[in-house]
Amino acid sequence: MSQRLINWFKFASPASFYPLAGTLWPWFAGLASVLCAVGLWISFFVAPTDFQQGEGYRIIFIHVPASWMSMFIYCVMAFWAAIGITFNTRLSGMMSSALAPTGALFAFLSLWTGALWGKPMWGAWWVWDARLTSELILFFLYIGYIALTSAIDDPRRADKAGAIVALVGVINVPIIYFSVKWWNTLHQGASVSMTKAPTMATTMLWGMLIMALAFWMYSIAIALYRVRAIILERERHATWVAELPEMQR
Amino acid sequence: MNWGSASEFFAMGGYGFYVWGSFGVTAAALLIEALLARKRLSDTRRLLRRELAADRDNQD
Amino acid sequence: MKPRQKRLAIVLGGLAAVGIAATLILNAFQSNLVFFFTPTQVAGGEAPKDRPFRIGGLVKEGSLQRNDITARFIVTDTAREIPVAYKGILPDLFSEGKGVVAQGTLGADGNFTASEVLAKHDENYMPPEAQAAVDKAHEASRTLKQ
Repeated sequence: MSQRLINWFKFASPASFYPLAGTLWPWFAGLASVLCAVGLWISFFVAPTDFQQGEGYRIIFIHVPASWMSMFIYCVMAFWAAIGITFNTRLSGMMSSALAPTGALFAFLSLWTGALWGKPMWGAWWVWDARLTSELILFFLYIGYIALTSAIDDPRRADKAGAIVALVGVINVPIIYFSVKWWNTLHQGASVSMTKAPTMATTMLWGMLIMALAFWMYSIAIALYRVRAIILERERHATWVAELPEMQR
Repeated sequence: MNWGSASEFFAMGGYGFYVWGSFGVTAAALLIEALLARKRLSDTRRLLRRELAADRDNQD
Repeated sequence: MKPRQKRLAIVLGGLAAVGIAATLILNAFQSNLVFFFTPTQVAGGEAPKDRPFRIGGLVKEGSLQRNDITARFIVTDTAREIPVAYKGILPDLFSEGKGVVAQGTLGADGNFTASEVLAKHDENYMPPEAQAAVDKAHEASRTLKQ
């Protein structure tokens, strides 16, 4: 038991996480590619036409996974923020800043694909209902986090400031999720939830879940890749960095 | 199989603009993000190599 | 001094972003969280009287009439009904028996004049054959009850 604990703390040091991330990211990237190929195949060639929305509904295969990821990544950032504040670990702040751009991207994609879906189906690119507004706020929270942390030169202080944004902002995530239940919104309710059976045909559901898994793997791969750059930037004066094979002439 | 021909596939039952606008921008965005991440790591490595080389020259 | 000013500018930018977010939240809480009112709420006097608002509900079966460019239909929440008139193009998913949200003003005669009509679809996705099967099952249960 104590042995395992020691191992965990070993990997929490940037010097040992840098090579670990380097070994892991290609596996996640490979998984993401395979899942994406399968997901796209189901999305376009297996999943049937929808009875109401025709072929237009196929936007769901990226809209819903992108929205899930935008919310989930923010929760992971809040988790790292809490770890960073509690244990004062260096790596947690680096993980948060490695995740933030990807989260912002998925929030943007959620809004973008939602607009392209809303125009033909609802008749409007954008409405100020609770679901759409709270997702837009999530996008601004990501931007605020990135702007704040990059404005502070001392990385440790930047991490602390960012952690506060991540922890305060995380209350927005359940607001997004439950907005369609709590208030009258134009956005429809959830098709997939833990409390009831999905209201989708099975092949459609599989397409969506596999695309979600692909986005998940992509996010892990890109975050591991980006955290390596962040580790090097911050640990540039450490001896272990100078001893890395890629640092030799 | 849902599509009789390639043009049917691209038309997406009249929703081609919206469907391909969504999938296209998503693919482009993920690709650009990956390229930017790669550039960031290689730029950082190049910079550090130069710094380390300068340090070694100073010590010599 | 220059880098510090730059940093200050970025901090102010970050604060502005958080400020915009907060403003949006407050704005949403004040008026927009209630995106639409149901006909029952309108009958109960909950809807604003001095400014345009949105009503939401189902388009009553058999109520849609079109002459020239004006579409007339009845919005119902199965308890109360409001007649709506709208000049313009209806969205693809607009149809009888389906959800709708209309923005406009309520006249003294109880007629709602819409300036914008949005279709509200549900969270069900299935192929047309499955929908036909569902309809048939509904039909069967209805005939059994009679």
